[in-house]
Amino acid sequence: MGLSGARARESRRGRRAAIATALVAVLALSGCGVTRGDDGGENARLRMMIPNSPGGGYDQTGRAATRVMEAEDLTGRFEVSNVTGASGTVAMQRLVNERGAEDLLMTMGLGVVGATYTNGSDARVSGATPIAQLIEEQEGLLVPADSPFQTVDDLVEAWRADPGGVRVGGGSSPGGPDHLFPMQLADAVGVDPTEVNYIVYDGGGPLTTALLGAKIDVGTSGLGEFEGQLADGSLRVLAVSGEERLDGVDAPTLQESGIDLVFTNWRGVLAPPGIPDSVRDQHIALLEEMHGTAAWQEALETNGWVDAFRTGDEFQEFLVDQDERVASTLEDLGLL
Amino acid sequence: MDALLTGLSMALTPENLLYAVIGVLLGTAVGVLPGIGPAMTVALLLPVTYNVSPSAALIMFAGIYYGGMYGGSTTSILLNTPGESSSVITALEGNKMAKTGRAAQALATAAIGSFVAGTIGTILLVAVAPTVADWVVVLGAPSYFALMLLALVAVTSVLGSSKLRGFISLALGLAIGLVGTSTGQARLTLDNPLLADGIDIVVVAVAIFAVGEALWVAAHLRRRPLEIIPVGRPWMDRRDWRRSWAPWLRGTAFGFPFGALPAGGAELPTFLSYITERRLAGEHRAEFGKGAIEGVAGPEAANNASAAGTLVPLLAIGLPTTATAAVILAAMQSYGLQPGPQLFEAEPELVWTLLASLFVANTLLLVINLPLAPLWAKLLRIPRPYLYAGILFFAVLGAYSVNFQRFDVLLLCLFGALGFAMRRFGLPVLPLIVGVILGPRLEEQLTQALQLSQGDVSALWSEPVAVIVYVVIAVLLLGPLVLRLVPGRQGPERLEDEVEELEEEVRS
Repeated sequence: MGLSGARARESRRGRRAAIATALVAVLALSGCGVTRGDDGGENARLRMMIPNSPGGGYDQTGRAATRVMEAEDLTGRFEVSNVTGASGTVAMQRLVNERGAEDLLMTMGLGVVGATYTNGSDARVSGATPIAQLIEEQEGLLVPADSPFQTVDDLVEAWRADPGGVRVGGGSSPGGPDHLFPMQLADAVGVDPTEVNYIVYDGGGPLTTALLGAKIDVGTSGLGEFEGQLADGSLRVLAVSGEERLDGVDAPTLQESGIDLVFTNWRGVLAPPGIPDSVRDQHIALLEEMHGTAAWQEALETNGWVDAFRTGDEFQEFLVDQDERVASTLEDLGLL
Repeated sequence: MDALLTGLSMALTPENLLYAVIGVLLGTAVGVLPGIGPAMTVALLLPVTYNVSPSAALIMFAGIYYGGMYGGSTTSILLNTPGESSSVITALEGNKMAKTGRAAQALATAAIGSFVAGTIGTILLVAVAPTVADWVVVLGAPSYFALMLLALVAVTSVLGSSKLRGFISLALGLAIGLVGTSTGQARLTLDNPLLADGIDIVVVAVAIFAVGEALWVAAHLRRRPLEIIPVGRPWMDRRDWRRSWAPWLRGTAFGFPFGALPAGGAELPTFLSYITERRLAGEHRAEFGKGAIEGVAGPEAANNASAAGTLVPLLAIGLPTTATAAVILAAMQSYGLQPGPQLFEAEPELVWTLLASLFVANTLLLVINLPLAPLWAKLLRIPRPYLYAGILFFAVLGAYSVNFQRFDVLLLCLFGALGFAMRRFGLPVLPLIVGVILGPRLEEQLTQALQLSQGDVSALWSEPVAVIVYVVIAVLLLGPLVLRLVPGRQGPERLEDEVEELEEEVRS
């Protein structure tokens, strides 16, 4: 009974979406001059691949984006699938394997770039078709409330005195943002990254546990998952890693603290390699439309994401730059 | 108490009740299917629930969570195909019971046990969640390592009559658990990124249990007369009740604290409960391995109690300890709710409605599932070739839906062949499963403990809980040796071993 209801809903929705797509196609053809496919209907059903499990960072960003596109009738229903494995390497491989697939998109980010290296995969992000970068997320240096570290300087001092003695924990495996950030930070303050004692925790939950129980001295992570602990004062932030301070977080940037480092985690959307330029432009136009909606701005705000939208060639350059930067950090660490 | 009653009246509004029913049904359904877990279901439903009130959505999620914990047991018992890793242990005795015509009793003790454990767990949750502060984060890697070592030592008591075969099976399990790159180094991954995260325990369990057995039955179908599964009585009798209530309570006692501990999980308590019941079974000990109701009642209570326990750190300090809890946390945050001590003050109505709805979900599960038990049991009277075809279909579907990878189906076939070989050569299955579950987690905690102490081994006994557990392990290991020195004690134990051995020979 529940099933047939759902199916009915779906078909209603499908019809609505088809009409909406047709409208969009007509508008696009007559208006902005973007060359759409002949029937315009090929946009009606896209697939969005998510390279980690439900509830993870890419999942939240990818699903938020598809939800906005569906709700605003920019396209038909998305088929969202989670392809987990090797921190995104499996999904990346699948994207490359589906060369030329015109209906496939994939949400990815800095972590996937690193994972392809640490897992020794040939399916590099630079080999895919870049569509758009969507968001940025600052990393924060988290400490328990009663930590002896009051400022970044305290941390750096302790770190220089005994590089291995400061236990750094993060929610991502080697190559992920929480790992790359403390390594680049160590490098920036003159601590040998290979001596950093980095402990991997399986995501935000276990990392919170370790911080609250003072099992580690400092945690590196995006701050979205720690809102509650920051609000009730059980955790503090020493500094954030971006160019500007973060709204609602009472902490300086690294640069204000005299450390020459800007580090941001980011997420964006890729398409398989080998798709025609017209299809690529179509995808870009779709995400541009999505980016312009109020619903997306709201999603950014509720999730604490920083808007960082760039598309096409600009995104391509950024990807290549990131790819090289990650590779050199990992090489310094002897992980390649 | 008043707060709870208010919450109950909120939870029983027709709308919220409807969402509870949907949640429970959905949860049971995904629990039945191996591969699709409650975490994924809740994540998939997140967008749907943006249109309903936060309390309705949370009630539905709680229903899915509890339902999922329960649903996994149904296929474990009937088809030997565990739907969730936490119901793997249930399959051991539950499926044997089903084969001797006691499927209805196994399902009933699972349903009632889940209800009892879920209810007690929820009462404990109501009692401790508002007051519990930070005690759950005190335990660190050394304590968890000690706890898992304890569990691994306990395995030696389920190695079966031949210790050698038992250890072979355990070693196989530990080797399967080594696959992956969890330590940063790729081990046994054959350069295949699909193996980088290790092998899913559900795939292994379904393959060894269901596929292995289907092959075994197929291999003997023509040579042996068909054993007809007896029809059996539809309900539990007084003896079943007498044998079930204590395991239910003990299972709850294992499940709840492990659920509340950040690295406790749901598998470990089911496993400890099973071992305990086996030790305490007394006159029924011989039934273990052949369908002892205690072996279903205990673990099933344990996994449901752990689900309730999981909500303690989630509500008390906003700490998700399982994948499902993490998704529920994400859902709460998307509604602008921040779990933690302040949630009880800021949103008392919502919290108490959620807690009350857990009672409602539990009752619904019992009401829906208990009458179905005899009906489900009739499923087993399908002629065997069709039944096993169905089981294989389910197994393949389950393995595929874990990650929508053909590769997992390949693994299923591979481990299915292993399961067949293990039956052929009389290797016990349980030590392998325990090895797959415990090995990687044991290693993870050890690595973490040593990394935190920069390689100082003494850190392993730096926490009081760890020390206590090591003492318990020492007692467990040395106890039998000491007893053996006491004259007159070794007689009966040896005899029991011999009887077991004889029986096994007769069976094979």
